[in-house]
Amino acid sequence: MELLEFARGPALALSVAVFVLGLAWRFYSIFRRPVRADYSEPRRSDTVRGGLRAVFTKMLPPRNVKVRGVAMANAYAYHIGLALVAFAFAPHIGFIARHTGVAWPALPDPVTYVATALAIVGLLIALLTRLTDPVLRLLSNFDDYFSWCVTMLPLVTGMALIPIPAQPVWLAIHLLSLELLLLWLPFGKLAHAALVFVSRYRTGADFARKGAAT
Amino acid sequence: MSDIDARHPLDFDAPRFGIKKPEVRYDKQGDAPDGERAASALRAFMRDMTRSAATYMESCIHCGHCAEACHFYVTSGDPQYTPIWKLEPFKQAYQREAGPFAWLYRTFNLKKEVTAGELREWQELLYDSCTMCGRCTLACPMGIDIAGLVAQARHGMFAAGLVPHELWAVGERAEREGSPLGATPKVLKERIEWLADEHEVEIALDRAEADVLVTLSSIELMKYPASLVALAGILNRMGVSWTFRSDGYEATNFGLFSGNFDWQRDMSLRVINAAIASKAKTLVLPECGHAYGAMRWQGANMLGRPLPFRVLHISEFLAEAVREGRLKLKPMQGTVTFHDPCQVSRRGGATGAPREVLAALGADLREMPPAGDANWCCGGGGGVVTLHRADAHRHRAFEIKMKQIETTGAQRLATSCSNCRLTFDDGQAHYKWDRKMESLLELVAEHLAAPA
Repeated sequence: MELLEFARGPALALSVAVFVLGLAWRFYSIFRRPVRADYSEPRRSDTVRGGLRAVFTKMLPPRNVKVRGVAMANAYAYHIGLALVAFAFAPHIGFIARHTGVAWPALPDPVTYVATALAIVGLLIALLTRLTDPVLRLLSNFDDYFSWCVTMLPLVTGMALIPIPAQPVWLAIHLLSLELLLLWLPFGKLAHAALVFVSRYRTGADFARKGAAT
Repeated sequence: MSDIDARHPLDFDAPRFGIKKPEVRYDKQGDAPDGERAASALRAFMRDMTRSAATYMESCIHCGHCAEACHFYVTSGDPQYTPIWKLEPFKQAYQREAGPFAWLYRTFNLKKEVTAGELREWQELLYDSCTMCGRCTLACPMGIDIAGLVAQARHGMFAAGLVPHELWAVGERAEREGSPLGATPKVLKERIEWLADEHEVEIALDRAEADVLVTLSSIELMKYPASLVALAGILNRMGVSWTFRSDGYEATNFGLFSGNFDWQRDMSLRVINAAIASKAKTLVLPECGHAYGAMRWQGANMLGRPLPFRVLHISEFLAEAVREGRLKLKPMQGTVTFHDPCQVSRRGGATGAPREVLAALGADLREMPPAGDANWCCGGGGGVVTLHRADAHRHRAFEIKMKQIETTGAQRLATSCSNCRLTFDDGQAHYKWDRKMESLLELVAEHLAAPA
């Protein structure tokens, strides 16, 4: 079997399966934990609204609480860069459409190239910050560095595909790097892409009940 | 002539890359061996691993934003005071015992067992260095309620017998005597008699039934008794049917601070049962931050069913009375700034109440930058003001407060928490600062309008 065939066939199927089942297991593990009844009289009853509100408002920098401004600006940069390159680049939309039948308009290629650059530079800055900032160094573990690698790899291998015609071996490597990302995502901190909705919602709903700000 | 401490041998050959920190003092209760302490902590940690806790444990992205929200980190620059780091043993226990991949972590020992040694090391981080003020929760982009988790982690510390001595001692005393500061029912009666006499005000005690059961913080009774006189004066003027009860007057809850769930429940139930016995419609909590959190948001859960009465912080009670026209006030002169008690405002949801009262006083309110929900903690909450070994640390954190207040240029300072007041008085004395924190309740009492 050619490497490309392997990447497009069994490797893709396996990585998607692990991605889906791994995330499902992670969520199941959280939701199987007991819930304590809260008998206190709520100040407000619109807890669902409070939860959903927190999911969105926490996308913005917190009001009146100073955070690490440069790191936060950089996080916006590489998150937006990653989202654009992953979901607005024509070949990626084509790839998703081939497998799911769902497609949407792409952004012009030059825009996604800028997005890629933004993501790569942003991730490099994030790594440098993690390696040099005393707080981040203390908090960081294997997960932080490995997650960084598997996020960076598809970007770098994707760059190798820019010259036309693309080499099949590079396409295979690019695909395999994406599959590595999918394989790792449920197990490490990258799962925050999904967990973010649950944790923000939880706090938003609990605090709304108390009438407190999030 | 220099005497050498033989416990720390001289070592001239070691490289001088850094300065070794002095050993941190830690306290312990009982003589249980280390293994038993660690096992007890683990059992307590597991009891608290609810769905919410598990969600939070899974969600940290190690971004470090919470550090900038913590007064202890900001004033020391020491990364170990990063709020989420204070939970490291709790996280470690979760991942090894209860997380989705716990069996992997255990089988390959990827996460080590939490040891008594680690817990000893974390005692300072979980108690001395966290007021559970919850500013970090606001800063967290994932919305992790770090302060809530610290309260839970303290349960494990208590179970391990690794609680700072002062907190354990006042908690134990409160459980035994009904008050952490020696304000026993006998002392309460004597003090109330004396205050009633001295100030010629009727202070209701042990009336069989009353619409409003009023509670106090023993800090008020022992250090700020004028607050009780103020309270009685206001309630009498309003013509409210009210009483203190000697079988349920202490609203502070050192069971909550120390991490002993049973004590917390006992302390809450004393007040709840007193309120039920007096057929009270409203339970009024004193100017105390954590008393509000303990009773307003956790009281019913201690009872195991909804409370048959309303629970209001005194600032909420006053705001409601002003709103409904039952309390008339004279305007106050000069400018004032308000220090928000974290557990009432940020974590309690009653941020608006004191401002409503201040508006009724016609106060020229100069808010601190930032104020309200994002206000900086005074540094004394969570039991920290009780711990003498944390004084230096707490005083450093207090510098933020002084700067905030100086920025407002306000002539008077007010708050609605006697524990904050105590912390301010201590900070004032330490820095020889010329500002004095006052009580909102006393301000109101000073400005009661003459009866029509």
